[in-house]
Amino acid sequence: MANTMQVDIVSAEQEIFSGDAKLLVVSAEMGDVGIAPGHAPFISKIKPGEITLRVENEEQHFYVSGGMLEVQPHVVTVLADTAIRADDLDEAEAQQAKERAEESLKEKQGTPDYAAAAAELAEASARLMVLKKMRNTSR
Amino acid sequence: MAGAKEIRTKIRSIQNTQKITKAMEMVAASKMRKAQDRMAATRPYATKMRSVIGHLAAGNVEYVHPYLLEREEVKRVGFIVVSTDRGLCGGLNINNFKGAVAEMKKWSEQGAEIDVCTIGKKAQSFFRRLGSNIVAERSDIGDAPKLNDLIGTIKVMLDAYDEGRIDRLYIAENEFVNTMTQQPKVGQLIPTVPDTDERLKHHWDYIYEPDSKEVIDELMKRYIESLIYQAVVENGACEMAARMVAMKSATDNAGDIINDLQLVYNKARQAAITQEISEIVGGAAAV
Repeated sequence: MANTMQVDIVSAEQEIFSGDAKLLVVSAEMGDVGIAPGHAPFISKIKPGEITLRVENEEQHFYVSGGMLEVQPHVVTVLADTAIRADDLDEAEAQQAKERAEESLKEKQGTPDYAAAAAELAEASARLMVLKKMRNTSR
Repeated sequence: MAGAKEIRTKIRSIQNTQKITKAMEMVAASKMRKAQDRMAATRPYATKMRSVIGHLAAGNVEYVHPYLLEREEVKRVGFIVVSTDRGLCGGLNINNFKGAVAEMKKWSEQGAEIDVCTIGKKAQSFFRRLGSNIVAERSDIGDAPKLNDLIGTIKVMLDAYDEGRIDRLYIAENEFVNTMTQQPKVGQLIPTVPDTDERLKHHWDYIYEPDSKEVIDELMKRYIESLIYQAVVENGACEMAARMVAMKSATDNAGDIINDLQLVYNKARQAAITQEISEIVGGAAAV
């Protein structure tokens, strides 16, 4: 029984981590999950937050703003989002794209600023938490 | 002689142009290297995504996503056209538009209507002039495109597909073969055909969280987004490569013109001197 698994954390814009790990902890859609080598095939959405990886005897932390997690017995893939995602935020973006198409002269309609602010706040607080934890472990 | 001075100013003006094209060539060359790095950086995500989608298609999945299904009747076709924001990059954009327009024509001959989504200023102005029905657009993406910038534009097209307003989605993009060659290509985005790994064809399925529909919906959306994002990043590399080549040939051409003009100038100068001498000699003989 192998006691490590291949872990790839990639985002659309770059590769974040690729290598072997013993344990991966990630906050999935329905709560935190820990993935050890040999896990059953599993696929889930992940929430904004941190990913903890145990490589050899040290821990590594990454921050992701959401994405997808795919687990195969020996390969774990995290498809991380680079963008802040929320349905109403996507909607606002889509609306903007349409408006741009409908001539750029009469733009500046009320965009859901609230949604943007809320998503940004959630992201910022998750990022803060990761930073705090990292600071604690490094001391 | 009047000619000589005019030619001299002309030479100087072309020299100035040459300096500019030379500078643009060098800027494009250094930007191209960065764009190529970006292209390489996006590749792992795309390959991972493709393999996950492949796993899904090979697995025993109870829910089949609409993006994987072919619609029988095609009434309206969506096109995403990727272009650059700035010109002076040779035939890059026009070649791409030509391919897109040819494909559009094929569909309109079959009675389907066309919706266009443009990325980049050049596509926007081209298809506006053409009188196409532009439903979404995005420009000013800059040299380092972010997925964030594209989400809205992509969502317009995906929503249109989900709601049945379009029955097919194509993307017209440039493929980066190498610095000298960029290949325009019209590819089908939806319905998509994932490459399934035959070795994985056995009976197993994922544990889904929260449920298969939601996860697969999300995944397919990201899959399409990543394909479009990659096309945009690749187009950025194509733009720089095409501009570099175009500017290099412009610089070379300017050099040729300068050489020719220099020759004409020398001749004119010599003719003027000869004439002056013969006039003096003629004048002395007359005395």
